Amino acid sequence: MKTMNLGLSRDDRPILIASLFILVILVAGTAYTIARFGSAPLLQPAYLLQQLQIGAFLGIVAAGMMIVILIAQIDLSVPWTLAAAAMMATSIGGPLAILVGLGVGLLIGLVNGIGVAYLRVPSMIFTLGVNAVMRGLMVAHTGGYAPQTTATGLMRSLASERTLGIPNALFVWAAVSVLVVVILQRMPLGRYIYAIGNKEAAAYLAGVDTRRVTVICFVLCGLAAALAGVLLAGYSTKAYQAMGDAYLLPSIAAVVIGGTNILGGRGRYLGTLVGVVLIVLLNSVLSIMDMPEAGRQVIYGLVIILMLLVYGRGERVTN
Amino acid sequence: MLDDLAIRLRQNIGFVTTIVLFCVFYLLYNLAHPRGFTSAVLVQNSDEIFGLAMLAMAQTVPVLMSGLDLSVGAVMTMVGCFASHLLAGTAGGTPLHLEIFGLHLGLGTFPGGTYGILLGMIVCVAIGTLAGFINGCVVVYGRIQPIIATLATGAVYIGIALFLRPTPGGKIDEDLNWALTNSFGDFAATVHIFDDGAAGWFAPFAWIPVPFVLLMLIALLVWVPFRRSVVGRAVYAVGSAEGAAYMSGLPIDRAKIAAFTLGGFFAGCGGLFLAIQTSSGNADIPQAGAYTLNSIASVVIGGTSLLGGTGSAIGSIFGAMILRVISFFFRIFDIAPLLQPLFEGLILLAAVSIGALGMLRVKNTLELFR
Repeated sequence: MKTMNLGLSRDDRPILIASLFILVILVAGTAYTIARFGSAPLLQPAYLLQQLQIGAFLGIVAAGMMIVILIAQIDLSVPWTLAAAAMMATSIGGPLAILVGLGVGLLIGLVNGIGVAYLRVPSMIFTLGVNAVMRGLMVAHTGGYAPQTTATGLMRSLASERTLGIPNALFVWAAVSVLVVVILQRMPLGRYIYAIGNKEAAAYLAGVDTRRVTVICFVLCGLAAALAGVLLAGYSTKAYQAMGDAYLLPSIAAVVIGGTNILGGRGRYLGTLVGVVLIVLLNSVLSIMDMPEAGRQVIYGLVIILMLLVYGRGERVTN
Repeated sequence: MLDDLAIRLRQNIGFVTTIVLFCVFYLLYNLAHPRGFTSAVLVQNSDEIFGLAMLAMAQTVPVLMSGLDLSVGAVMTMVGCFASHLLAGTAGGTPLHLEIFGLHLGLGTFPGGTYGILLGMIVCVAIGTLAGFINGCVVVYGRIQPIIATLATGAVYIGIALFLRPTPGGKIDEDLNWALTNSFGDFAATVHIFDDGAAGWFAPFAWIPVPFVLLMLIALLVWVPFRRSVVGRAVYAVGSAEGAAYMSGLPIDRAKIAAFTLGGFFAGCGGLFLAIQTSSGNADIPQAGAYTLNSIASVVIGGTSLLGGTGSAIGSIFGAMILRVISFFFRIFDIAPLLQPLFEGLILLAAVSIGALGMLRVKNTLELFR
């Protein structure tokens, strides 16, 4: 039966199918635009690059989210980590802006990690509480209005300018991706992450300081969200309330569509990349089609279910 | 006998703490309120509590079998939008039509009058139940993790809600609104029972808020029988050890579908009430998300473990009530509105962290991993 699998491992299948689905989206979208407008924007490199530039923010968030999901946890504090980092960075300004933004992310990640790893509060509820606290802090800080401060020149240049015709945001996304791949594939930390996701007790007995690794994972996720927040503030020239709300569920969806097991321990980073591209392209095709919000939500939900029905089915419990 | 009581207390320590905490909070609230301990305050509070209490119950059932339902807020919103179309109560009935992709489809007339309203309410709750049933089928037959499956179906339900109500609006029969969101006496006067609520024996009960009565009825007539049925016990068993439940021959698939279906029923009741209370339907995505997250918080505060297997929907009702009473305090003590979200978050964090402090005393680290 092995030849039937075409040498595909369990983790490769989702990536292949998701890639095929991206092709389907491109073909269907192009067919639609040719029939309606007589042009094919989806196949123009400039348009694709622009879409990927917007997708970079989601991609960076998803990279952090994937690390946390791999250890069978979840980080629901992403929306306000992102917003808090952006708001702090813009309000500090100057050369330290980006560092301060990342520092906010690190701090929130640390709190999340300590709560989940040492207090053993389920991450689902602890990060939810941290999200509420950050929202409260930011509302108190800004008075509930969009802050008047603007992003620094470096933030803007990183998020919206181009080098050699390629958006800088894509370089940042690529750097984050390389870092995550190195961590997951080439460092002991990566092995620990997969081990904890499979069975934390076993990893602990094997001598892994599972609690410290858990804290590190949440810090990485906080940093990723903060980086996305700093870039997003640069892209839209300032921070605004609820700027992170649109990133929580799509980032989880991207990770899961990419084949990462929501129960942890299994999944490849390439899959997350493919998942992000899939969601970004789906969004842009739907906006080309002038799809109302209602239709978008329905299609969005159906696509996630469809993808998981094809390859995300869990095993039956039989013992 | 006394020993028995002590053991029971120790076994349900989380539940008991929740109830005591709620009683203390609510007593303080009423003492501080200028019109405390009156039927009017009670009615207003129970109106505000009912929606979240139903969602907390809806969330409890999947959590008990160590799943999570991220679509409860969406189901509530969708049912509310249906209700705003079906419960107008116009005497001649309400014409229904559907506009989709530029097509205009007439769907006949939905009956009006009292029977129309009753039928509409049944249809609304049935839609919620159906949504829960679909969740269950996706989880069981699609073999997709509940958290992701309901994330996706939730998006679909919100989409349907937006189709029905692109902008907030609609209308709910005024009598229905009046009857269900006031005291029992007003209810009796509106539906003309007990001599329009003037019967002598009825007077001692007239102050009770209708939402409170509804909550009790739903808890006693739906939750308690479910908890005691084979399927209900199977839900608990699946939550504590799915493999063992399978080997014991329990109906696992049926239990899972039933858990989500019951969750959909509760969420549907919540959505129906919210629409009646606000007299409109509103496909508000942030509000749906907030309700879902608050329902999870209520479940945890109510003493149900997110790992499944222990807890009860009754505890979650009290959890929801505690969350709401905390926000009532802001109104009384005149805390700056800008600081309210911060306090809400801090209290939620403190509540879950205090419950976890026992972890620091565990001597064998291995016991921490489950």
